[in-house]
Amino acid sequence: MTLARETLTINMGPQHPSTHGVLRLVLELEGEVIASCQPVIGYLHTGIEKEMENRTYHQNIALVDRIEYLSSYHEELAYCMAVEKLLGVEVPKRAQYIRVILCELNRIASHLVWLGTTGIDLNVSSLLMYCFRDRERILELSEMVSGQRMMPGYFRIGGVAADLPEEFPSAARRFLEEFPRRLDEYEAMLTDNLIWRRRHEGVAVLSREDALAYGVTGPTLRGSGIPYDVRKAFPYSSYDEFEFDIPTGEHGDAYDRYRVRMEEMRQSRRIVLQALDRLPDGPVLTPDRKVALPPRAELVRSMEAVIHQFKLVSEGLHPPKGEVYAAVESPRGEKGYYIVSDGSNRPVRVRVRAPSFSNLQALPTMVRGGMLADVVVAIASIDIVLGDVDR
Amino acid sequence: MTAPLTPVQEFLVERLGETVVEAHAFRGDATLVVARERVVDALRAVRDEPWRFEVLVDLTAWDRYPAEPRFEVVYHLLSLKRRERLRIKTRIPGHDPTVPSAVSVFAGANWFEREVWDLFGIRFAGHPNLTRILMPDDWEGHPLRRDFPLTEEPVEFHGHVPKVPSQIVPRVGPVREDP
Repeated sequence: MTLARETLTINMGPQHPSTHGVLRLVLELEGEVIASCQPVIGYLHTGIEKEMENRTYHQNIALVDRIEYLSSYHEELAYCMAVEKLLGVEVPKRAQYIRVILCELNRIASHLVWLGTTGIDLNVSSLLMYCFRDRERILELSEMVSGQRMMPGYFRIGGVAADLPEEFPSAARRFLEEFPRRLDEYEAMLTDNLIWRRRHEGVAVLSREDALAYGVTGPTLRGSGIPYDVRKAFPYSSYDEFEFDIPTGEHGDAYDRYRVRMEEMRQSRRIVLQALDRLPDGPVLTPDRKVALPPRAELVRSMEAVIHQFKLVSEGLHPPKGEVYAAVESPRGEKGYYIVSDGSNRPVRVRVRAPSFSNLQALPTMVRGGMLADVVVAIASIDIVLGDVDR
Repeated sequence: MTAPLTPVQEFLVERLGETVVEAHAFRGDATLVVARERVVDALRAVRDEPWRFEVLVDLTAWDRYPAEPRFEVVYHLLSLKRRERLRIKTRIPGHDPTVPSAVSVFAGANWFEREVWDLFGIRFAGHPNLTRILMPDDWEGHPLRRDFPLTEEPVEFHGHVPKVPSQIVPRVGPVREDP
């Protein structure tokens, strides 16, 4: 007589604290081992892509912030870069450097959220408090620059909205000077911690082949040993002028992804310091009046400036007919925008290439054959943002 | 628009011959438009040696309504070895929106194709599980089609007057009839 093997199907989520949003996993269990995992997504679908087709290019900047909401600066940069490519507009050097500074600070903030929430998932709840303390400093820097802690709406097509405030460089330096000590503390607490290692090592392994086949990018791909980083492979916004390393893992497990992200925070700090040291002078917005608003002072003197202002505000800009793809390295991977224009003031199609979407697709491969408790680690280690998955 | 073709574009034009409809590099993005019967062949040909476009970065579509052929399905490929991107597109008519599935070439095409089916109603022949992915299972219509107007859903709140049909006027297409 043979024993009938029964599997148990359970729903993990959509309301589950360790799914980092509203993600539902349909898990088929054999005892405590995962036989199959099927992610169900769409709970956070807001139709942003449809919405963008009905708004002007400038209005859309406010929308893109809300997609990958933990790294809005990257989102804005990718979108602005795509429109700038469509228009063929040059961004002034100073604006490029400011963009780099904010994006790299944003990367640190985003990775700190990842670290803190991973800590919560693994019952190291004090870690979240430490990480959010540091992240708060970055959000304050963001507020100093753009007036907003999150959803800044600070980048413009052709540059940035305003120059950095005078007190920003010193405030940023103060934070960056303290930050490595903090990181050392966290690493001392976690990197060789027995429990941390046992929960991470050999868990949620993603092979190089699978990572490529699923189009995984970002720290998840680099954890599998492939040194692909958009900042190095296709340098944008002057990234080729900074020195930084691309950390990679060997085994493709959750622990490697942890190591990669920790090192990335140090590298981001390095980039910001270089950018602050070498910040060039000059304008922060393109002088092309067909693209960017004229400065306030000009409006009282020049009729032409008033006309440009009126046209841009009432109608928006008209890029040429065509299609472009532009991508940046967001904290989660390759964030790309594919924009189709028909020459009118609204895009015909804006496609958001979401790194979290592709990374999540590799999750079933990572957890199959593993333990139920490790699913939590797997989700944390790919660091998805559900706003990015569902858009 | 008349930039010279990149080597991989030349290779594909030669390999696929007449079925390449168009090749250009607007703003430096190498693009090929291929007949839909050959699109999977094209993907497979560039995935392997020596080109190694082995990452399907993105798969999406857009609606050219009311023009025909109505839809354009867009594949964005990446070669890590050559540090190069390639865009392959195919055009399909509105009365028969079907494309061969690319899942056999790129496992990652699975969810992308489900999303395109969900939002555009384009069928991918040979897809293992072509179901809705972002919209609810019982949703009617495909929201990213240009003739699907942007409307607001009536939300039942006290004192809230729902705006249906939407006050945001869609640019093209007829207004959806309310059931």
